[in-house]
Amino acid sequence: MKLHSLTAHQILDLYKSKQASSEEVLKDVLSRIGAVDSRVRAYVRLSNQKSAGEGSAAIPIAIKDNMCTQGEEITCSSKILKGFHPPYDAGVIERIKQNGGRILGFANMDEFAFGSSTENSCYGPTYNPWDLTCVPGGSSGGSAASVAADEAVWALGSDTGGSIRQPASFCGVVGLKPTYGRVSRYGLIAFASSLDQIGPLTKDVTDCALLMNIIAGYDDRDSTSVNVPVPDYTKALINDVHGIKIGVPKEAFAEGLDSQVSQAVEAAIEQLKKLGAVVKEVSLPHTPYAVATYYIVATAEASSNLARFDGVRYGLRQLSANVRKTPVIDMYEETRAKGLGDEAKRRIMLGTYVLSSGYYDAYYLRGQKVRTLIKQDLDGAFKDCDVILTPTAPTTAFKVGEKASDPLSMYLSDVYTIPANLAGVPSISVPCGFSKEGLPIGLQLMGKAFDEEMLLRVCFSYEQNTPWHTKKPNL
Amino acid sequence: MSQEFETVIGLEVHLQLSTKTKIFCGCVNVFGSAPNTNVCPVCLGLPGTLPVLNQQALLYAIKVGLALNAQINPFIKFDRKNYYYPDLPKGYQISQYDLPVAKDGFVMIKTDKNEKRIGIKRAHLEEDAGKLVHDDRGNCSLVDYNRTGTPLIEIVTEPDLRSPQEAYDYLNTLKLILQYLNVSDCDMEKGSLRCDANVSIRPIGQTALGTKTELKNMNSFRAVKTGLEYEVCRHKQVILSGGRIIQETLLWNDEKAMTIAMRSKEQAHDYRYFSDPDLVPFTINYKVIDQVRAELPELPQIKLERFIKQYGLSEYDAGVLVIDQAVAVFFEHCCQHYEQSKKVANWLNGAVLKEMNERKMGISELKLTPVNLVALIKAVENGVVSNLAGKEVLKAMLDSGKTPAQVIQDKGLVQVSDDSALMAIVEEIINQNPTVVEQIKQGKPSAAGFLVGQAMKKSGGKANPKKLSELIIRRISNA
Amino acid sequence: MITKEDVKYIAALARMHVAEDKLEGLTKNLTDIVGYVEQLQKLDLKDIKPTSHAVPLTDALRQDIVKPSLSNEKALSIAPEAKDGYFKVPLVIE
Repeated sequence: MKLHSLTAHQILDLYKSKQASSEEVLKDVLSRIGAVDSRVRAYVRLSNQKSAGEGSAAIPIAIKDNMCTQGEEITCSSKILKGFHPPYDAGVIERIKQNGGRILGFANMDEFAFGSSTENSCYGPTYNPWDLTCVPGGSSGGSAASVAADEAVWALGSDTGGSIRQPASFCGVVGLKPTYGRVSRYGLIAFASSLDQIGPLTKDVTDCALLMNIIAGYDDRDSTSVNVPVPDYTKALINDVHGIKIGVPKEAFAEGLDSQVSQAVEAAIEQLKKLGAVVKEVSLPHTPYAVATYYIVATAEASSNLARFDGVRYGLRQLSANVRKTPVIDMYEETRAKGLGDEAKRRIMLGTYVLSSGYYDAYYLRGQKVRTLIKQDLDGAFKDCDVILTPTAPTTAFKVGEKASDPLSMYLSDVYTIPANLAGVPSISVPCGFSKEGLPIGLQLMGKAFDEEMLLRVCFSYEQNTPWHTKKPNL
Repeated sequence: MSQEFETVIGLEVHLQLSTKTKIFCGCVNVFGSAPNTNVCPVCLGLPGTLPVLNQQALLYAIKVGLALNAQINPFIKFDRKNYYYPDLPKGYQISQYDLPVAKDGFVMIKTDKNEKRIGIKRAHLEEDAGKLVHDDRGNCSLVDYNRTGTPLIEIVTEPDLRSPQEAYDYLNTLKLILQYLNVSDCDMEKGSLRCDANVSIRPIGQTALGTKTELKNMNSFRAVKTGLEYEVCRHKQVILSGGRIIQETLLWNDEKAMTIAMRSKEQAHDYRYFSDPDLVPFTINYKVIDQVRAELPELPQIKLERFIKQYGLSEYDAGVLVIDQAVAVFFEHCCQHYEQSKKVANWLNGAVLKEMNERKMGISELKLTPVNLVALIKAVENGVVSNLAGKEVLKAMLDSGKTPAQVIQDKGLVQVSDDSALMAIVEEIINQNPTVVEQIKQGKPSAAGFLVGQAMKKSGGKANPKKLSELIIRRISNA
Repeated sequence: MITKEDVKYIAALARMHVAEDKLEGLTKNLTDIVGYVEQLQKLDLKDIKPTSHAVPLTDALRQDIVKPSLSNEKALSIAPEAKDGYFKVPLVIE
């Protein structure tokens, strides 16, 4: 029996019936990593954790390399954090450990989550398990690829503009970005504080609910954490969508959308109708501005969040060979020049620019106002429907290197996922088919704030009536 | 050509709030610990950590705002002020930009003739930075982050101050108010209270402000005054010699008694303020404001006026009492036991204050209760001990904590008024000082004072001086 | 339009040294991206309030209760350089 190919809920059933132990599962998953990770490169580092974990949630998990874990090196796939060993656990890591979870290792990502392909990593790219010449998406590409390649039973990623959902879509797994405030950000190395949210990447919707049960909840160390009761998400796994109102924005099927993706998503809509859902057209008129808004708001916050990487207290310190300004300023400028990659530099520069004197009103303030409009669009749509359905990404996974020299076209791959971050609402991506090249296609649902249950229910029903989640890549 | 100038000064006071913990984390907020021992992932700005506001810091800030007659904003938020400095762990300081805790207040200061209103533009909460030690020999700097995250309230005046003296008076008035609030130890030596100044001059009659310079690094109110005087002088010289003032930050050098331009002009002042996404906004409703207002103490100016009116004190006496809130409270306790308020004020502002200064103690640290002080004053007033002996009694009371009655008894200081006991001393003094006796006889009775003094000494201070004087005069005129 | 001078100014604010040979490329990247986000200029945003937080929360406060700090050793264990209990940095000139 190939334990590594099972879902978490299947493994838990084996634990319960004593047909497998956590040691056996761990061993099998580790051997799978040994067999395929040299090709997939999902992990940047295996963990130092010795035990196999125990208890009902002793499930081997991959963690994105941006969640602080005591006793481990955590780098955000950046040279500037090489050697950084955080002396504390992130809120989610505490929860994983408390539940007996076994951290397998830390998954590759775009440096500081800046990217949609996992190519912007100081460790080099991760490859898509379905086609090793393609990217796995990003920035949680390592997490998504590890799950798709059976190198982890499930994984945690973080999503600022689609960084869980887009790689889930590219890798044919389930990825959920919870409501902003649902999962603690304490210990998540910030990209854009008002948009970041940690969420699960899993092999199916049931596992997504199970992992949400572990990670969701209030944390008083995070001022933006919301103190509302956490439901048992497995109760939302109901195979019935009768009467559920699904909004489809007319803006979603615009130019730039790949025809194969469009067909798969339209087929999924038909399937959901057949299952009893009510599908109606909605309009989100400001979503075409979402990418521009996002690149202002997110980079502004990032430029400030990343100011702490200055070579003073931790991480890389690079002294300057030439005296340009003063010794300490030269050190800052050299450390940051050497330690940060090109995309990180671009985003820090853009964020600094939009906040700088004379440009704040024209860019940053404007971005925040358009954010209000986008949020209002979604609020309005949710008056008439329970979920909003779109493709997750406009294309399937693209080739490694294809967009590396064109940052702007890379940004546009987040066009569908960004609105949920700007509005703070939950959003999920589930597999809905394959291209003729054999690459997975993802379907995105957005829900009302704190109504992850509705997303899980619709996706569970869809999954129960479609075969996509059972397919595995050939590795 | 002579030209008259007007000085325009605005002050920024940073006050550390004496909360138990730092503003955004649970590290203890104390001064004087070994370097980098009161630090945690949050105040070290380690990646992934997040700030959570200390409720007490917010309440203290509201208290300061109310005491400065300011409006409390019902909705406040925190912003990031972005700049790089090694003592600033996150590369930004969490501060408040457009929605501070308090705005539009004022402080009344006393000038030569009357009172003047100094506008308070705003008072906002922010986090303090760490401390740098420059190791010139090691050609490096050392950073201690213990102070990082200490809650600060920054109190900014309008440019209402018109002279270094007014700035000095404002600072003293402000400090007294802040001390009364009990939200900070207000100790400049420890850096709990710090002051930066903005100064410019303009020809009298001109409404537009001149170019200002910012003064930093003044470690006492005296230094603020001297620094400003120096800078005003410099501005005048530059302008009168046809030059222009450059807007810049200057460091006051107390030893050289001059201002020095900062060498690191690298620092671009583009702070890119924006709302901190890691903190949520805060609402301050009227209930909270009323609650804090109810806890406000009687402020020094009000207390001073009441002391004058209620106790019939001079402005001077009342002023000295209110400068120390604990003394003022002590005074009122004494007055509950004794109606001679002026006498109490004299004792407190005289003998007791002298002992406090000598012993370097606050009144609450002295072994003195209002009941005991009143008993001592009564003993002097009733002639049980002399005024001089009374001061001895006070010293002994403070040393031992005993009541005045015990001390008087222990030391045998009860005043001697008995004629027969005193006559022997009088006889002896008269025999020893024939010249003085002769002067008195020839119509110079004031010389009797000398004899009384001699006799007092002889009695070990125990004799009743009035009685002695009577006996001496009587003895000489009978001779 | 972003100029090389703009890029130098922003890089100085962000404390990142930009080598001369990278300046051209970075200027072009930023010009493209800023050009793209210019599309927001055509929206009428009069009377629209800015959104800083996606979920409208207020009043996340903490009680004034002391929590343990890190030991000096642990705090300095992550430092690139330390001396006498301090974090050591190249000389700071005021």
